Amino acid sequence: MIPFKTIRERALQLQPARYWIATGIFATSILVIVPLLNAVPGPSSPFHFPDYLLPLLGKFLCYAILALALDLVWGFTGILSLGHGLFFALGGYAMGMYLMRSIKGEGVYRSELPDFMVFLDWKKLPWYWHGFGNFNFALAMAVLVPGLVAFAFGYFAFRSRVRGVYLSIVTQALTYAAMLLFFQNATGFGGNNGLTDFKRILGYSLHDPSTKLTLYVISGMALLFVYLLCRYVVASKLGRVLTAIRDAELKVRFCGYQAAHYKLFVWTLSAMLCGLAGALYVPQVGIINPSEMQPSNSIEMAIWVAVGGRGTLVGPVAGAWLINGTKSWLTTAFPSAWLYVLGTLFVVITLFIPDGLVGISTAIRNRLSARIRA
Amino acid sequence: MIDSSAAGALIKPDRQPASVRAGIDSEPDLGSSPRAARPGLALWVENVTVSFSGFLALDDITLTIDKGELRCIIGPNGAGKTTLMDVITGRTRPTTGSVYLESRAIEVTALPEWRIAQIGVGRKFQRPTVFHGHTVEENLELAIASNKGVFRTLFHRRTANERERIERALETIGLKDAKSKRAGLLSHGHKQWLEIGMLLVQQPKVLLVDEPVAGMSQQEMEKTAELLSGLAGEQTVIVVEHDMDFVRSIARTVTVLHEGRVLAEGSMEAIQKDPRVIEVYLGA
Repeated sequence: MIPFKTIRERALQLQPARYWIATGIFATSILVIVPLLNAVPGPSSPFHFPDYLLPLLGKFLCYAILALALDLVWGFTGILSLGHGLFFALGGYAMGMYLMRSIKGEGVYRSELPDFMVFLDWKKLPWYWHGFGNFNFALAMAVLVPGLVAFAFGYFAFRSRVRGVYLSIVTQALTYAAMLLFFQNATGFGGNNGLTDFKRILGYSLHDPSTKLTLYVISGMALLFVYLLCRYVVASKLGRVLTAIRDAELKVRFCGYQAAHYKLFVWTLSAMLCGLAGALYVPQVGIINPSEMQPSNSIEMAIWVAVGGRGTLVGPVAGAWLINGTKSWLTTAFPSAWLYVLGTLFVVITLFIPDGLVGISTAIRNRLSARIRA
Repeated sequence: MIDSSAAGALIKPDRQPASVRAGIDSEPDLGSSPRAARPGLALWVENVTVSFSGFLALDDITLTIDKGELRCIIGPNGAGKTTLMDVITGRTRPTTGSVYLESRAIEVTALPEWRIAQIGVGRKFQRPTVFHGHTVEENLELAIASNKGVFRTLFHRRTANERERIERALETIGLKDAKSKRAGLLSHGHKQWLEIGMLLVQQPKVLLVDEPVAGMSQQEMEKTAELLSGLAGEQTVIVVEHDMDFVRSIARTVTVLHEGRVLAEGSMEAIQKDPRVIEVYLGA
């Protein structure tokens, strides 16, 4: 039995008390209040949270996980990845494959094979589709495959000390190459249409509001878990080594740390978290296709992190929500304006507010406390 | 004590024939190995040549340093001082030749940088290099000698022993009051000391210090001289420095490099009287 005092002490090592309060408020609103507002008041009540918004909110929760994952490598370790969309998409495809397999005979062609395979006149399942009929296997693959790809890539990149803008360009090329590969029908992932038309997950219909609510709540719990995991990593001594690598990698090596191993660890972890986000994303949006691997998607993720504030964890989550919220609104209200707004926002933030949203709030707090003291 | 170490360093290392050398790694027979024959050597640089596309930064250099010695290496710009440091720490691979630690026990030139650092070669850079985003205390914590594997570090909790070592180092470098300050906010001189403090807790066997007093005030310089002299004895300290007053104040043995070779070696007085040294360096 660990005494309460130790638990408290360790909790405060992870994040300060006011952060815990904020985490609690967020967790309650996401995991308790929204589900209650969705379930309890009738559809006509003004307090009712509409069903159609649940997948949208769930999508945002997945983006927040992505932002956290990217912040680990970019904000804390200084590795700017412009290819994290690849890991996200791989996780999404793994889950998509399970969802395709569980359509069974309900597809257009009433075949045991996914529709696109029937369309391509394939007679049997390709070998790499085996096992994906099992949910747990697919979920494990959604995390392991991105992790493995990231590990293999990182092993060679970090060992040969590829870094900075060169590494960013290579990650960009990697996701682009993967996109071209997945566009091919022969690759066996549905070509440019991707995987879609999903019917059910673990036997529950995806169109059922209660399934939507469940997926949303699971995404919220996943975000909370990933956030605390990231906090644990950055608050550990390893986290301090990562920041030291960002600030002075050579010195880290001369202190006796094998910097490449540390980078590889955080890089792989980050990719696995992206895979998890992808796996949660796909059943909620109902489709995964190669456009998720577009370089522009990965760049947009970097913008979320930059806008929110690198190396703060909280900032990137806020950035992801702010930008995607604006995007959802603008793309319906003024469809042509969105890219200009995004571009302007990015330029303004990097030029004038390098620490992002969190930087602004810190500056305001400092000014206030200075005024109080004066 | 000063005289004996100076005299010891003046003796040229007797080179082993290649056949004997080849046999050492395969047969760790202490009786006949040079490890027993030459006890007390901290560092042995043997016939090291570094060629940067034809330009010889180090030209067949051989250098031995006794355990516990405080050695100064001086020389004009481009003499190869920094390259020598790079070779010893594994940053640059020699074109030919080898570097050994602990007489012949460890061949440094076969190992990666982080491994050399773990075995016990510490290095202080010319420009003070500390981790700017971390506090003074965290800087020391990162440098402290411990298991530096990824997962060990992830689950590491600071031990009482480590806390004590950090406290002691803070006291030695006189930054106790600044321990919670971010290192990036320290003055230039304080950064230099913090870096020396980081090397203290890293507990290297051999400590390489590159221009420690560049940009320091007279008072800071004296304090640094005191710090480094205090280290020698338990640790082996090699200082590369331009400031002759500083070298005079700490040096027991001085090695003069010139164009990638050892030009002269001996006590400061002997060096200063050497006509070749006067010609290339002190006279200029």
